[in-house]
Amino acid sequence: MPGKLKVKIVAGRHLPVMDRASDLTDAFVEVKFGNTTFKTDVYPKSLNPQWNSEWFKFEVDDEELQDEPLQITVLDHDTYSANDAIGKVYIDIDPLLYSEAATVISGWFPIYDTIHGIRGEINVVVKVDLFNDLNRFRQSSCGVKFFCTTSIPKCYRAVVIHGFVEELVVNEDPEYQWIDRIRTPRASNEARQRLISLMSGELQRKIGLKVLEMRGNAVVGYLQCFDLEGESGLVVRAIGTACTLDKLSNTSAFLPACNSPSKEMKEIPFNEDPNPNTYSSGPSTPLKNQTYSFSPSKSYSRQSSSSDTDLSLTPKTGMGSGSAGKEGGPFKTLLRQQTQSALEQREFPFFTLTTFPPGFLVHVGGVVSARSVKLLDRIHNPDEPETRDAWWAEIRQEIKSHAKALGCHAVVGYSESTSICEEVCILSASGTAAVLNPRFLQDGTMEGCLEQRIEEASPPGCGFCHIPYDELNMPFPAHLTYCYNCRKQKVPDVLFTTIDLPVEAIVVGKGCLIQARLCRLKKKAQAEANATSISNLLPFMEYEVHTQLMNKLKLRGMNALFGLRIQITVGENMLMGLASATGVYLAALPTPGGIQIAGKTPNDGTYEQHISHMQKKINDTIAKNKELYEINPPELPEEIIGSPIPEPRQRSRLLRSQSESSDEVTELDLSHGKKDAFVLEIDDTDAMEDVHSLLTDVPPPSGFYSCNTEIMPGINNWTPEIQMFTAVRVSRLSNINPTNQTLNKNFNDLCENLLKSLYFKLRSMVPCCLCHVNFTVALPEDELVQIAVTAVAITYDKNQALQANKAPTEKSQQRASTDNEEQLQFPLELCSDPLSSQPFSPAKEVLEGASSHTGIPAAQRATSVDYSSFADRCNSWIELIKLKAQTIRRGSIKTTTSLEKASPLAEGYLRHRSVPSGTNSTVSVVKMTPLSFLPGAKITKYLGIINMFFIRETTSLREEGGVSGFLHAFIAEVFAMVRAHVAALGGNAVVSYIMKQCVFMENPNKNQAQCLINVSGDAVVFVRESELEVLPPQPAAAAQPTGAAGDVTT
Amino acid sequence: MSSDLDVFVGNTTLIDEEVYRLWLDGHSVAEAVARRLRGGLLEREATSVAVLQSDTRDHYRTFQMLERLLHAPPRLLQQLLFQIPPERQALLVQRYYAFDEALARELLGKKLSKGTKKELDEVSARTGVGIRSCRRQFDNFKRVFKAVEELRGPLAENIQQLFLLPPSLARDYAAIVFFANSRFETGKRRLQFLSFGDFAACAQSMMAHWSQGALAPEAAEPDGDLPKSFLQDLKELKVLVTDKDLLDQHKSLVCSALRGKISVYNELEANFKVIEPCRSDKWSPGDLRLFLQHYTAAPRNLPGFRHQALWERYMAAISACLLRMFHD
Repeated sequence: MPGKLKVKIVAGRHLPVMDRASDLTDAFVEVKFGNTTFKTDVYPKSLNPQWNSEWFKFEVDDEELQDEPLQITVLDHDTYSANDAIGKVYIDIDPLLYSEAATVISGWFPIYDTIHGIRGEINVVVKVDLFNDLNRFRQSSCGVKFFCTTSIPKCYRAVVIHGFVEELVVNEDPEYQWIDRIRTPRASNEARQRLISLMSGELQRKIGLKVLEMRGNAVVGYLQCFDLEGESGLVVRAIGTACTLDKLSNTSAFLPACNSPSKEMKEIPFNEDPNPNTYSSGPSTPLKNQTYSFSPSKSYSRQSSSSDTDLSLTPKTGMGSGSAGKEGGPFKTLLRQQTQSALEQREFPFFTLTTFPPGFLVHVGGVVSARSVKLLDRIHNPDEPETRDAWWAEIRQEIKSHAKALGCHAVVGYSESTSICEEVCILSASGTAAVLNPRFLQDGTMEGCLEQRIEEASPPGCGFCHIPYDELNMPFPAHLTYCYNCRKQKVPDVLFTTIDLPVEAIVVGKGCLIQARLCRLKKKAQAEANATSISNLLPFMEYEVHTQLMNKLKLRGMNALFGLRIQITVGENMLMGLASATGVYLAALPTPGGIQIAGKTPNDGTYEQHISHMQKKINDTIAKNKELYEINPPELPEEIIGSPIPEPRQRSRLLRSQSESSDEVTELDLSHGKKDAFVLEIDDTDAMEDVHSLLTDVPPPSGFYSCNTEIMPGINNWTPEIQMFTAVRVSRLSNINPTNQTLNKNFNDLCENLLKSLYFKLRSMVPCCLCHVNFTVALPEDELVQIAVTAVAITYDKNQALQANKAPTEKSQQRASTDNEEQLQFPLELCSDPLSSQPFSPAKEVLEGASSHTGIPAAQRATSVDYSSFADRCNSWIELIKLKAQTIRRGSIKTTTSLEKASPLAEGYLRHRSVPSGTNSTVSVVKMTPLSFLPGAKITKYLGIINMFFIRETTSLREEGGVSGFLHAFIAEVFAMVRAHVAALGGNAVVSYIMKQCVFMENPNKNQAQCLINVSGDAVVFVRESELEVLPPQPAAAAQPTGAAGDVTT
Repeated sequence: MSSDLDVFVGNTTLIDEEVYRLWLDGHSVAEAVARRLRGGLLEREATSVAVLQSDTRDHYRTFQMLERLLHAPPRLLQQLLFQIPPERQALLVQRYYAFDEALARELLGKKLSKGTKKELDEVSARTGVGIRSCRRQFDNFKRVFKAVEELRGPLAENIQQLFLLPPSLARDYAAIVFFANSRFETGKRRLQFLSFGDFAACAQSMMAHWSQGALAPEAAEPDGDLPKSFLQDLKELKVLVTDKDLLDQHKSLVCSALRGKISVYNELEANFKVIEPCRSDKWSPGDLRLFLQHYTAAPRNLPGFRHQALWERYMAAISACLLRMFHD
């Protein structure tokens, strides 16, 4: 018996009125895990029931613990008819299954109904006692930690980065089962939610097993996705990077006190030191335990043209880059051999990480991507998902071969995605080809000397830019020059990558969000014909997207793209491409040339004039952008001041003057100069439109910057004020006879207007930067385009920013240094009242303890910390209340008041009078961010991943405020449920938050709509850095839940 | 290309104070956009009308969803749906419950019934407060009234606790509830010159001196109702008016006490218990205060008058009211 799950139902509040006659509710709760169900007593006639149940105990094996969600259903008792369901709470108990994470889940959860949304809240306490399991052939993988974060989590050290893990499970979609015709929408939605929850659990357990086989103890960069294949089924797939992580030693003292003796056993998989040598030399890596069938699948399948031969035509491999050098000499060869040996045993040397420990990334080759179009057919046997596995295996093989062509053994920043329309599915994978340092891939014995040599060989700040491939045998035509930083190695003229900007990179000026947007009409067709036409369109789309990106990059005077993500979305009658990336000027790469327009008919006078007018506009834009993004490279000033379009001759001269021994290079440069990618030939009206569209991108209003990477290059003085948001727009493309041009324009306007709208909404945060701007495009119906954006706005200090610009390299040191200090843990509360009774929050004691140390009233601090920006805007009477709150002392309150003080607002006014009032606990603030860190704060603890899937449906769309009202409420509800789960785990933030799916369907004629949302992230505890300085570190007591909300007395 | 669906949801709920005001004032989205445009926002932020419309709609949706919670402010603090900093929560509540004094003055003493609500059109026309805003404010009065109607203890504190209002606003609501409960007629022409603030002050004095809570804090009856026993007792005081003998004695006592102290002594006799003559005779507030002091104290020396405590309790409130009403 490996585990015991214990659940206690404490109380409910704000329940809906279920009995119209009495305006009250007779509520009771069913607690279900696996096939066991317990019930509480009925608490009659109350909207705020106090069940205070016994501990319901489930004795289960740990496989079940990992797969099953805890399901809590609140019902209204009805003597004469069936009990009415009020709503449900699903709790993923996975965070309780490994050490160092949460020890208890306790708090208020929103009661959720798929038809009515949130209907009141329920207070629940959940604990797990695990027993040691000696079964070597076990199916569970308790103890493996999961992180959505795509870098090594802040309070850990990577001992070994093992590599790629993937898994997928398939099932029939309950929505498409025959039974769905007779059951209610609610039952159908719940069946779906439950199934996906189960499948996620199973998937995670299976991935965990693979990690254990690799002797790892964690998965980093875990990304789980759903493919709603409609009739053909439901696929849940996940990828991640297996690692062996070591908790930074000085934090161990602050591990939560654990009550159960089983906790130590739980740590076993973590502390076990894997023997890396046996593993790395073992002939059979346990990475894949599934055999892949490469037999042609039953379905029709066609690869998009992506073989190595058409590299020059399609930009899917190695966008930009340069030549390697023989200069690397014997060291490079040695390095390569080692890396090779470390990686070759891996079937797929892929890494889902986008940020790496210093020294891990040696060289970057460029972006590699592969797509394939498949026809879906019914998944006949859910236990054998070979078809889907084989599809992905094909794509990954292709990626691997592309990387090889770039002279790289590994792919970093790797991700996979799908786009489905009816029975056609586009599978996409992309990443960045790279050469890695073997030090992290295996626990090598020669670590020390190798490390030293790497430092010698590739100077920090530019090493990753140096080409990994052979100069004489280049996979594609490119300009190569000597590195503008070290002058020793060759670099390409532009570099495209899917990873974040390495912290050590030397950057000039600031970065900016660059998007390429594209629509292509396609005939409506069935099955194979449809798949064929899509396959034929794909290479052209990729090419155009690439050209757009390149031109927009030049237009901003920049030379590298990071975080590149290209989505191709398939709809009934069109394909849409949206590429987002963050452009920067890397000091190591050459200054980009401008954009030159060449007309076809040079003798036409007016035409000539028009061309020169356009040329001027482009030149002006480039100059303006350089000023805006502060791109003033320290060297070669003549290039910047002079014409933005350097002639090939001029360039080569410059090159010669810098590097004496580069005659060859000059030759090379000249020869390619003629094919320069940035000469735009205007041969027809289409091309003219393209040039115009280039210029329509409006720069963000002053005070705003935006990027889609974790950090904005060139800004490093963030304030703690952040605002995460999701915006969704659905627009109708109203053209009767749409052409590619009008569609492009519509799509472009849609994106630009959305961005404009965001800047306006967030204007109060200026100066600020939108980070991790993530656009997702869907084509839910004919003529409908849906765009969802999730990002975080972070305010920065303008004055410091100016200083920092003068020393751009300081940034890396600053960031790196924040990671290794001692830890403290306590969540911050929304409440600024030190006396408040918060029975379920661990914060209270610690906060009070903290205030006794510093002498600063906790009230003051908590308020100023969390909403400092609002402080100046609050009214004078609030100030008054705050003062009051501080002067009221415990002794002055004589009565037992469980009703008091939910906030300074309540606090100031409440007197202990027997007025019925429900204010008995505070809502703690939970921050959410798509980034892996919180500015000005230190993450002290990871509590586990949050992976939630919700369905919401309505049959009264108009009454709920139409589609916007419906979705607005639903997104707010999703945020609320995520926050509630994090708070119940004892956390105060979600990092690496991502909305992976938002599928919206409407039927206005029937007054109906349905929406599915899937979100994930890492629940964490963070502490403000300002407090770390003030407070001596002290162990935080684990949260001791008290019995009921009303029990606590002041 | 039209946007069918357009939403923005922040983890911290964005509250735009200007849009909130426009919403509270009962403007439609189109009107609100027009007003924001007039404010020069477009030029300042270099944005477009479409952006402004989208932004206004977002805020309006948020406020509509919040309105349900604003009806019971403690729920606003506990709810999990919107993450709003405490300062902002306080602002939302305070602004939602703030009212136009002109409107409150009109409704003072009226029954907060459906009938009254139907008359709001006229009130709106008279006061210049938008009809939607009138209805919302009326509903606020009614909601507060219903919530505290049956509660014991000080009215203002109960309101503060249930609606989390700042103390001064809670006191104003207490006055509204007091008047609605006791149905003082405040609409008479001779009372027209009195503002809402005057009446609110009077209500506070009356509650302070006359209610049960003023005598015994744990009293059984709500503060809004004047205790029946007190009203009963007041009948006893009628002797001061009805008994000619006592009345004369009282007068002469007061007059002798005040001789030489009040500049307008000649008219004093005529002024017992009436405010308008005092005004027409240009009394100073100091004179009135002095007069009332002696008027209250005098019966102590009246033979056979046994209700001095009651009298003083009665007069304490009356004096405060008279002093308040006695302004220009």
